[in-house]
Amino acid sequence: MKTLLFLLEKEFRQIFRNSSIIRIIFVMPIIQLIVLPIAADYEVKNVNIAVVDHDHSSYSRQLVQKIIGSGYFRLVENTDSYKKALKSVEQNDSDVIIEIPAHFERTLIKENEAKLLLAINAVNGTKGNMGGAYLSSIIKDFNQDVRTDWVTFPRMNPMPLLDIVPRFWYNTRMNYQLFMVPGILVILVTMVGSFLTALNIVKEKEVGTIEQINVTPIKKHHFILGKLIPFWVLGLIVTAIGLTVSRVVFGIVPVGSLLVIFGFTAIFLLAVLGLGLLMSNFSDTQQQAMFFAFFMIMVFVLMGGLYTSIDGMPEWAKIMTKFNPVAYFIDVMRLVVIKGSGIYEIRNHIFAILSFAIVFNGLAIWTYKKQV
Amino acid sequence: MENKEIVIQAQGLTKRFGDFIATNAITFEVYKGEIFGFLGANGAGKTTAMKILIGISKPSGGEAKVAGFDVYSETEDIKKNIGYMSQKFSLYEDLTIRENIRFFGGIYGLDRKTIKEKTDVLLKTLGFEAEADKLVSSLPLGWRQKLSFSIAILHNPKIVFLDEPTGGVDPVTRRQFWDLIYEASNRGVTIFVTTHYMDEAEYCNRVSIMVDGKIEALDTPQNLKKQFHADSMDEVFHQLARKAKRSE
Repeated sequence: MKTLLFLLEKEFRQIFRNSSIIRIIFVMPIIQLIVLPIAADYEVKNVNIAVVDHDHSSYSRQLVQKIIGSGYFRLVENTDSYKKALKSVEQNDSDVIIEIPAHFERTLIKENEAKLLLAINAVNGTKGNMGGAYLSSIIKDFNQDVRTDWVTFPRMNPMPLLDIVPRFWYNTRMNYQLFMVPGILVILVTMVGSFLTALNIVKEKEVGTIEQINVTPIKKHHFILGKLIPFWVLGLIVTAIGLTVSRVVFGIVPVGSLLVIFGFTAIFLLAVLGLGLLMSNFSDTQQQAMFFAFFMIMVFVLMGGLYTSIDGMPEWAKIMTKFNPVAYFIDVMRLVVIKGSGIYEIRNHIFAILSFAIVFNGLAIWTYKKQV
Repeated sequence: MENKEIVIQAQGLTKRFGDFIATNAITFEVYKGEIFGFLGANGAGKTTAMKILIGISKPSGGEAKVAGFDVYSETEDIKKNIGYMSQKFSLYEDLTIRENIRFFGGIYGLDRKTIKEKTDVLLKTLGFEAEADKLVSSLPLGWRQKLSFSIAILHNPKIVFLDEPTGGVDPVTRRQFWDLIYEASNRGVTIFVTTHYMDEAEYCNRVSIMVDGKIEALDTPQNLKKQFHADSMDEVFHQLARKAKRSE
């Protein structure tokens, strides 16, 4: 026990003396949490649109205005030549072309029907897709307006209109930040837990101080605890900072209990710290450890449901995510922060993470050798 | 050296790495309180042998006891009774002198009061009082080596292992370093030291010279010089080392 105190004292001294670690731990999370959720969301804004208007009627102008007025589009080209519009797509200036044919207004009034051409640049798939979808719904809306203008006496409405109004639960306004912020916080905690621990231990290997430690009668579990506890504490501090930032900057107040969040984070940290330790046992240089950790984090993040929904993944990928601790944590964060789930609802997650913690730490202690 | 209490005993100690035999059945004894020089060219197998003796490497064959404990099964007991100073400087550079002493004292199980007393004595002996709160990284090499040694014997080990402790250190500091070694030896600490400086070999009570994984000579410097009809240990070493087939 006394040995452990000496170890902890030393680790904390070293950590707080190292200004780059302090920056990583305290400044990076704040910046990342502020920047990433705002930049990395799915909401597509600023879709560049080129309008080819052959009609120049009041309707065509109304339609264009409606599109621009939606706030999702930016008019980059208003021309009467399709060629010119296509060119702007080729130069990557526009994402979508809408072509309004000549006599658009006249045909619409006379024949109650008119055709529009939408051409979508699918190089940036998401943007094109979303842009196209927005555009269709705006046109549909415009269609409604026109109908109500003309079918003024709907004594007997020939077309019963069924309108579907979606109602979103838990995140009523489909706020992307509410969705992203808890997830990004998870990544940060994972980084602190695995990266920093692995690098810290491997650095001692590189410098040679670990050899000095290995010739002392220090107990294996003391050494390991001495390494894990400081980063466990730091991980919880990062979580606290993260939750504060998301509250102050994004106004996100967890619906569920903070106690559940911190409790789960504490267990999760045990798992990733064990993983960091395990990685350090298999790397001799910081370079190797970095590469190792980077690879793991990439897979964890991309397969963790932060950006792409796990439900939408193929079956084999879904099975893979069962072995991804980050996926559980992201899920729990969203459940607790957005939906307000309690311990009972996340009990399966807790068991899973506990198992990870036991397996990773068990392997780490087993493979750690006080030998060369 | 009349009452010879054996503190290190090696019997056919061997370490193989695949086909390569780094340490080939070496047999020797080290007595309490002596300064035992463990010599050999680079790659002769000194460091490998030393790593077995300090309990961080398992031998492939043979027997050895250090401070009465077995190198196979009682490595943690060995570690309690020895001090070690490696080739590579291995104190924490981002801690101060005082913090390093405190940390190593602490993990050897000294209590806080003892550590404090020992720190004061140590700083005074080395004349480091003014630098006590400076980071170790700011110290010149010679100072660091003296500090490493002092920390290695802080917990009063029975034996201290020194792996090329004076590499790259200037002659004056080297002399001071050996004064520290003598002082510890006078207090009954056994010194097991490797070196490439033949003048240092002359300071040892007994010297062994390893060539290609085997101990080719082992005796007092005087006797070795007689045996090889040489004027200095340097000449003795050259005669033996010339036979070496392997190099690093």
